[in-house]
Amino acid sequence: MSLMQILEIIIPSAILSATPLIFTALGGVFSERSGVVNIGLEGLMIIGAFVGAVFTIWFEHLGLGAASPWLSLVVAAICGGLFSLLHALACVTFRADQTVSGVAINFLALGLTVFLVKKLFQGSGQTPFIDYRIDKANVPLLHDIPIIGPLFFSHIAYTSYVAIIFSFLVWYVIYKTPFGLRLRSVGEHPMAADTLGINVSRMRYIGVVLSGAFGGIGGAVYVVTIATNFGPTTISGQGFLALAAMIFGKWNPIGALGAALFFGFAQSLSITGESIPLLKEVPSVYLLIAPYVLTILALAGFVGRAEAPKAIGIPYIKGRR
Amino acid sequence: MRNLMKSNKLSNALIPVISVLLGLIAGAVIMVISGYNPASAYLSIFQMVFMDPYYAGETFVTMIPLILSGLSVAFAFRTGLFNIGVEGQLLVGWLASVAAALAVPDLPKILAIPFCILVAAVAGGLWGFIPGLLKARFHVHEVITTIMMNYIALHMTNAIIRNFLFAKGEHTPVIPDNASLSSQFLTDLTTGSRLHWGIIVSLIGAFVMWFLLWRTTKGFELRAVGYNPDASRYAGMNVNRNIIISLVIAGAFAGAAGSTLGLGTYHFMTINGDFTGIGFDGIAVALLGLNTSFGVVLAAYLFAALETGGISMQSLGIPNDLVQVIIALIIFFVASSYIIKWAMARLKKGGEVS
Repeated sequence: MSLMQILEIIIPSAILSATPLIFTALGGVFSERSGVVNIGLEGLMIIGAFVGAVFTIWFEHLGLGAASPWLSLVVAAICGGLFSLLHALACVTFRADQTVSGVAINFLALGLTVFLVKKLFQGSGQTPFIDYRIDKANVPLLHDIPIIGPLFFSHIAYTSYVAIIFSFLVWYVIYKTPFGLRLRSVGEHPMAADTLGINVSRMRYIGVVLSGAFGGIGGAVYVVTIATNFGPTTISGQGFLALAAMIFGKWNPIGALGAALFFGFAQSLSITGESIPLLKEVPSVYLLIAPYVLTILALAGFVGRAEAPKAIGIPYIKGRR
Repeated sequence: MRNLMKSNKLSNALIPVISVLLGLIAGAVIMVISGYNPASAYLSIFQMVFMDPYYAGETFVTMIPLILSGLSVAFAFRTGLFNIGVEGQLLVGWLASVAAALAVPDLPKILAIPFCILVAAVAGGLWGFIPGLLKARFHVHEVITTIMMNYIALHMTNAIIRNFLFAKGEHTPVIPDNASLSSQFLTDLTTGSRLHWGIIVSLIGAFVMWFLLWRTTKGFELRAVGYNPDASRYAGMNVNRNIIISLVIAGAFAGAAGSTLGLGTYHFMTINGDFTGIGFDGIAVALLGLNTSFGVVLAAYLFAALETGGISMQSLGIPNDLVQVIIALIIFFVASSYIIKWAMARLKKGGEVS
């Protein structure tokens, strides 16, 4: 097997498994940049995955055909955003411990969605499979380019390109717009921001709701491109992996994109590795734990220092120093 | 002054009770909306847990690791640390206890059981040591590192079982009798449940935590660091070392929780596709128990009762996942205690919110 053939297997599958992580990690960037810890990304992905499956099935039922999964992504974003309002309410208004609220979000999302699945599908533990998934496709014209074409423009779902474009958009919003400046200032020094007339609570609500919307899309993308149905174990750890990607990417959208792609690469290697001669010798457990070990090393400063926003995790109480 | 403190203590103890009630009420509302009868659902949970000896025993079986997991989270909380890593520490302890039991098939029971639990506690402690060291040495937040350590533990224990301890049925070989916590007496008492002596282990754990924190100098130091690290440093305490010690002890409790699964409930370790959930439940248990030994035992029993009793709801056609929803809501209400305190102060009129 030539190197080119190996890369043609690994790269598209890496991009495919990275896509849900990219969306969710971008959501994490919004929330944490505004100063709210979001351990609940996993739960938000679960909500998105549930909504993605249920609404795709429902839209198919209405006869919308291939548009169904795309429309369900939009619904998943809305539902994820609404669900994350709970996290915002607890963290910003009720001054709850943000980590604890995140843990509760994860619990609630799993319990609620599985409960609803059983309610909607007559006691079955998982949804039926969707008929129209967002399939891997070759990009017209571009996939004919030698070398680059087969690697980056063949057998890749369009959602992956959307995720990559979104990463740059989010980067622009956070670093180049007044809104982004306000969001970051609220996460770094809320009192200074408040003095300058920025509504700290509102900015944090927006940050958390955006994380819900992106997390919802992330979960739904996982369902409509990879899993094709929803059950209690559909999302098991992808949210935490996205959290790791966000940290490894140093709370920067482009960094998160890079980290998510790298984690997707490690994940796909651990699955496809067995068919590749050189990698057959590497036990898959090393590839499975690589993202987590690397994130710890990054935090410890061995792989470039990762610094969290200054005011992260601290509820802002007006007038208290 | 004394009166004020007393009423404060009382209101603090009221928050978990109010949270549980609010959680149950919210659960009832969801049931009503979904067309179920909440009264008969709660009654069936009550009947199953208190009237049926088998399920009463199974409730305790669920409670045993929950207590130790809750103690682990609570102990770290006391030093101002958030241990989300119980899941990983528990898996490592579970595997270590089974491996230890398989290694000493000829040791007499009286030595074998403490030995295996100790090995599990050391393994869990080691898994807590790494985030502790990273926190003390590099100021890395323990929430993130313990989450990452969970996944490392999950994949590593699975790989170790697959490569070194594999038996038929995707799990390790069954441990020999001399290390088993099971008891015919307890099983007969509860008409065939898996109830085992781990219940004594978990209660000893609760006592150890109380003793360590409130009756030893080290415990005083650990709590002082939790209250105010700067003042503790000024008073000459080694804050960094206390952070490491706290997470190691927390990890040891979690490891012991794993050993009750390995030596008592299952007698082997399975290859786990996902976490047990016991570690995450432990966070809820610790919060609801106000990080006290006694509170943790009570809260663990409550959650165990809800989870075991939830099975009875299914016979009424109500999905038992609703129990998870209720537990999640209880955590929300405990976490949002500020708003409960605020409401209580408003009801009293003129009370001050702190």
